[in-house]
Amino acid sequence: MNHIPLQHILFVSTALFFIGMYGMFTRRNLITLLMSVELMLNSVNINLAAFNKYLYPQQNAGIFLALFIIIVAAAEAAIAIAIIIHLYRSHQSIDVEDASEMKY
Amino acid sequence: MLNLTYILIILLLPFGNFLLLGIGSRKISQPFSGWLATLSLLVAASFSLLIAYEYFVVTGPNNGIYPSIELFRYPWLVFGTKLTIEMSWVLDSLTVMMLVVVTLISAMVHLFSLGYMKGEGRYTTYYAFLGLFTFSMLGLILAGNLFQIYIFWELVGVSSFLLIGYYFTKPTAIAAAKKAFIVTRFADLGFLMGILIISFYGETLDIATLIERLTNTTTAQSMAIQTAQWMGISALTWGLAMLFIGGAGKSAMFPLHIWLPDAMEGPTPVSALIHAATMVVAGVYLVARLFPVFQLSESILQLVTYTGIFSAFFAAIIACTQTDIKRVLAYSTMSQIGYMMFSLGIARGDDQYLGYTASLFHLFTHAFFKSLLFLGAGAVIHLIHSNEIDKMGGLRKYMPITHISFLIACLAIAGIFPFAGFFSKEEILLATYHANRPVFVMALITSALTAFYMFRLYFSIFWGKSQPTDPHHTEGTATMKIPLIVLMLCTIVVGFLPFSAWVFQGGSPLASHIDWKFSLIPLTLSGVGIVLAAYFYRKPSDRASEWALVFGGIYRAASNKFYIDEIYRWITQQILFPLVGKPFAWFDKHIIDGTVNGVGTFVGSIYYFIRGMQSGKLQDYLFYFLAGIAAWMIFFFYIWK
Repeated sequence: MNHIPLQHILFVSTALFFIGMYGMFTRRNLITLLMSVELMLNSVNINLAAFNKYLYPQQNAGIFLALFIIIVAAAEAAIAIAIIIHLYRSHQSIDVEDASEMKY
Repeated sequence: MLNLTYILIILLLPFGNFLLLGIGSRKISQPFSGWLATLSLLVAASFSLLIAYEYFVVTGPNNGIYPSIELFRYPWLVFGTKLTIEMSWVLDSLTVMMLVVVTLISAMVHLFSLGYMKGEGRYTTYYAFLGLFTFSMLGLILAGNLFQIYIFWELVGVSSFLLIGYYFTKPTAIAAAKKAFIVTRFADLGFLMGILIISFYGETLDIATLIERLTNTTTAQSMAIQTAQWMGISALTWGLAMLFIGGAGKSAMFPLHIWLPDAMEGPTPVSALIHAATMVVAGVYLVARLFPVFQLSESILQLVTYTGIFSAFFAAIIACTQTDIKRVLAYSTMSQIGYMMFSLGIARGDDQYLGYTASLFHLFTHAFFKSLLFLGAGAVIHLIHSNEIDKMGGLRKYMPITHISFLIACLAIAGIFPFAGFFSKEEILLATYHANRPVFVMALITSALTAFYMFRLYFSIFWGKSQPTDPHHTEGTATMKIPLIVLMLCTIVVGFLPFSAWVFQGGSPLASHIDWKFSLIPLTLSGVGIVLAAYFYRKPSDRASEWALVFGGIYRAASNKFYIDEIYRWITQQILFPLVGKPFAWFDKHIIDGTVNGVGTFVGSIYYFIRGMQSGKLQDYLFYFLAGIAAWMIFFFYIWK
C-alpha cells in the first residue's frame, strides 16, 4: 500500500478543495452550492485520513475526526436542504441571486 | 407649642396640590380641584395664623428679642471643608410675618378664583400652578441659606412665567410671560453673582453665619471682603450691588420694572397674588433679610434709597395716565414697592431702624390692600369683560360689595386714617423726614399722586356715566365676595397691630408712634389728591382731557411710559442683536455646529464607502470570508512568523 506517495493524495485533496471552491463561486443554484461544500469537506477528510495513515499509523484520531466531519456534514446537509425548501416556498426559486434582500 | 410639623404642613399642602392637580390635571374635574386646593390653602393659612399667634403672643420675646428658630438643618452639598451648602428652615419674626401674608393672600386668591376662573379651560392646571407658586414663595421666605433662597427665587419666577402665560393662545400673554421671565432672569444673573461674591469672601452660604461673620469687623472674612477691591470699589459693595440688582429685578424697580405692567396679561387673581402681594416684594424681603450686611455699605444703602424713591415717583406719574385698570394697579404696586425700598435704604442714623420696621410694615399692609384692589378689579373685569376704564362707570349700583371694598382699599393706599396704609406710610414718612429731607419731599409728592391716581380709578369705575350692562351679570358668586370682605376687614384692622413691637432690627423694639402734627401734611396732600380726582372724574366731563392738553408733552410721555420699552427695544435690537447676538450666532452656527456636522459628515462618508460590502449576495460574503482567511494565512506564515 505504501507505493502511493503522500504528495499524490494531497494533490487529489487540493484539487477537490479548489473544485469545490470554484463551484461555490460560479454556481447560482443553491443545491449545487451545497454539493460544492460537500466536496470541500471531503477534501479535508482525505487530508485527515492520509496524514493519519502516513505520519502516525499506530494512532487513529485523524480517522475519527474524518468520521465526525462526515456526521456533521450529514446534519448540515439536512438543515441546508430545509432552508433551501423554505427559500423555494417564499421565493419560488433557489437561485442565490434572487435571495439578496438582506443588504444595507 | 411651636414645632416643625406646622411648618411642614404649611409647606407641603401647596406642594401636594401642585403634584396632585398637576399630574391629574386631565382626570380631576373642575369644581373639585378648585375646592381641594382652596380648602388646603385655608388650612395652611389657619396654621400660619396659629404660628404667628404662638410666636408673637404666647411665646413672646426673649430678653426683648424674638428668637430665630432653626427648624431643620441638613448638609445638602458638601464640597469640602470650606464650602458646604446646608439646607435649613429658619423661623424668625420676619418669616412669620411673611408666612401670614403669603398663606392668607394665597388662600383668598384661591377662593376668589373659584368664581373668577369658573368655566375656563385648564382650570385644574391653574390651581396646580398656584400651588407651585405658593410652595415656592413659602420656601423662599423660610430658607436659611442664600443658595436655597436662590432656588426658590427661580421657582417663583417660573411659576410667575407659567401663570402670566396662562392664556397661552393670546400672543400678548405669551410675549408678556417671556418678557417677565427674561427680565427677571437677567436680574437673577446679578443675584447669582452677588451670592457668589458674598459667599466666596464670607466662606459660607448660611445667612445667620454670614451676617455674624461680616458684621463683626475682627473676623478674617470681614477683613477680606472689606479690603478686596475691584475698580476701586470693595468686594462687599460689589456683592451687595449685585444682590440688589436681583432684588430690584424681582421687585420691579427702575429700570428693571418693564415686565410688571405687561405681567397683567395673566388672570387677575394671579396678579393679586404674585404681582401685588407676594412675589414682587421678594426683593424687599431679600434686602430686609440681609439688612445687617447691607448696612455695612453706605453707598449701597444710597443706591437702594434713590432707586426706591425714583421708582416710586416715576411709577406714580405713569399710573396717572394709564387707562388699563390693571396697569394702573401695576404701576401703583411698583410705586409702593419703591416706598418699601427707600425706607430700607434710609434706615440708619439717629432714628435707628425705624425705616426698616416701617418698610416691612408697609409690605404687610400693602399686601392686603393691594390684593384687595386687584381682586376688586378682577370682579369688575369679570362683569365688564374689559380692562379699559373708558368702558366702566357707574358700577357702584351693580356691585355694592366690590364698591365698598375698593373704596376702602383706595383710602388705605392713599394713607387715610384709620386704614392700614395710613399707619405704615406715616412711619415711612416719619423715618424719611429724620433721615433724608429731599427724599421726604419726593415721597410726599408721590403720596399725593398716589391718592390722585387711585381715586381717578375709583371714580372712573364706580361713578361717572353709567354704562349699560347685561342684567344677567351680577357681582359674582359668594366665593368672589368673601375674599373681598375678608381682605377689607384685614385692611381696616392690620394698621392697629403693634407691628413695630414685632418686626424690628437691632436690639430693641421701637415704640409705634403716631405724631398727629406730623401726619397733618401727608393727610392734607392725600386729601387734595382725592378732591382733584373727584373734580376730574366724578362726573363725566372734559376737564381731565383739557388738563391733559395743558401738560402736553409730559402727559404724552407718561402715557407712553416714558418710552422705556422703546429704549429697551432700541438697545436690544440695535446694539445687542447686531453686536453681540450676531457674532455669537455666527460662532454657534459655523464653529460649534460646523464641528458637530463635520464629524457626522465624516462618519457618513465612511459609511457610503463601506456599505457596498453589505450587498446581500451570498457569494460576495463567501469571497470576503475566504479572502480574509487567505490574508490571515499570509500574515501568519510570512509576516508574523
